Amino acid sequence: MAFEFELPNPDTQNLRVDLSEADLVRRSASSVPPPARKLTPVAKLIDVSKCIGCKACQAACLEWNDKRAGTGTFVGVYENPADLTPEMFTLMRFTEWVNPETQNLEWLIRKDGCMHCEDPGCLKACPAPGAIVQYSNGIVDFVHENCIGCAYCVKGCPFNIPRISQVDHKAYKCTLCSDRVAVGQGPACAKACPTHAITFGTKEEMIQHAQGRITDLKSRGFADAGLYDPPGVGGTHVMYVLHHADKPEIYAGLPREPRISPLVELWKGVSKYIGMAAIGLFAVIGVVHRLVEGPNTTTREDEENAERLVGSGPG
Amino acid sequence: MSAYDVEPGDSVHPGDPVTVDRYTAAARINHWITATCLVLLALSGLALFDPWLFFLTMLFGGGQATRAIHPWIGVVLFFSFSGLFVRFWRANLWKRTDNVWIAKLHQVLTGQEENLPEVGKYNAGQKVVFWSMSILIVVLLFSGLAMWDQYFGTYLTIDQKRIAALVHSAAAVIAICVWIVHVYAAIWVRGTISAMTRGQVTGGWAWRHHRKWLRELVSERPKDQQRGATPAQ
Repeated sequence: MAFEFELPNPDTQNLRVDLSEADLVRRSASSVPPPARKLTPVAKLIDVSKCIGCKACQAACLEWNDKRAGTGTFVGVYENPADLTPEMFTLMRFTEWVNPETQNLEWLIRKDGCMHCEDPGCLKACPAPGAIVQYSNGIVDFVHENCIGCAYCVKGCPFNIPRISQVDHKAYKCTLCSDRVAVGQGPACAKACPTHAITFGTKEEMIQHAQGRITDLKSRGFADAGLYDPPGVGGTHVMYVLHHADKPEIYAGLPREPRISPLVELWKGVSKYIGMAAIGLFAVIGVVHRLVEGPNTTTREDEENAERLVGSGPG
Repeated sequence: MSAYDVEPGDSVHPGDPVTVDRYTAAARINHWITATCLVLLALSGLALFDPWLFFLTMLFGGGQATRAIHPWIGVVLFFSFSGLFVRFWRANLWKRTDNVWIAKLHQVLTGQEENLPEVGKYNAGQKVVFWSMSILIVVLLFSGLAMWDQYFGTYLTIDQKRIAALVHSAAAVIAICVWIVHVYAAIWVRGTISAMTRGQVTGGWAWRHHRKWLRELVSERPKDQQRGATPAQ
């Protein structure tokens, strides 16, 4: 049972490549035609209760994405590096939590990274056409050649995930290994996870798998075990099984009810229309006033009055 | 004791027509640097504000270049506008007669200036433009610094940056509207633009639109030049 979601090796004979431009359902600062086909929604399920904090997922992520985290600085935390970076797309976050009911110290480890929201705030905030895209299988991806490095995605994200590189001034985050998924493989982190705390499949399969895990956890005394698939962002394509699903914030600040900030909704929504309308209105008022009133012209009489005042005129 | 709204360099020259020096060369250069920055900022800012206008980034060499250069133009504008502020703030101080002018705004807009109180160097509309731009530019500076991720990305929380983005957009829209009023007024009132190009206006223009200022300039002239004395040149 434990290995039912072990990812098979891909078929190397009949290679099928998904995730082309034709599979986009959303494209930042632009629109896409409705896709002809709808790919099956995928999801990564992270079972926090099975995670041992080995960081194999981080190593696999760096390896697959050809990133080097470099030598860091020890800042007194378990995390390594201390935070997500433009190179490190996923990070084990550790929390020492004393359960008030049992007085037990629980070591909570959550693999942090992009949640691949169904309603992505980064994409909503992005001003650069095509810099952020969403595929019909749910993957939200950054297209770096279109990225302008403005960091609006950072403001749009409800989970504080994107990081801006100070080297090439572009935004980086987990791709859900879209390049692997496109050819029928699962994400590198899921492939590397020794305890199968990270599994990958269709979203439906992952929800089913999570239900089994939750039943198991409940039978073992975790009455509040549950699935984290927050509806405020339309659900996510990275989900967690939490043993304390009633308190997501104890897992290194996982937001209880994440949603796109109302400030971002206002900024990227109605303010755009009000703003452009106001500018247009002022311009139109100017044109209309000019047509109705004509120019305000100095008369010969004005000039004579001035000459009389100064003492150079006919008076 | 000079009148509060006569600025250094303002003077009146007899002739037909009378000419009046309104802005020094330094003030004009200062103004046009500010104006150029403001237009460039509006174009690059609107490109990033509304996807419909993203094509404007081409004027600046693409999206990355626009993102990189916009804040620097903003810094130049801030210092340039500060120069204008130092030059013009005193003459823009609000007076009681400015309330009367504002109350009779419909007469201003229909060109019935004879019913209004005599105006000094700046009328109430110009003062509103001056002070709103002064306030908006300070707001734009600080909200802009908060959004300047390359240098200040680590100093604020994400929520603070979200507020900054919203405030920056709103202030920019208002500033563009004020700018439209400013430019339109200069076009509508004939004879105004020469004040910022050649630095001079005609006596008739000053008599019609800024009579109090013109009277002050005349009364400040040395005695021997008054009463129709021949100009020195």
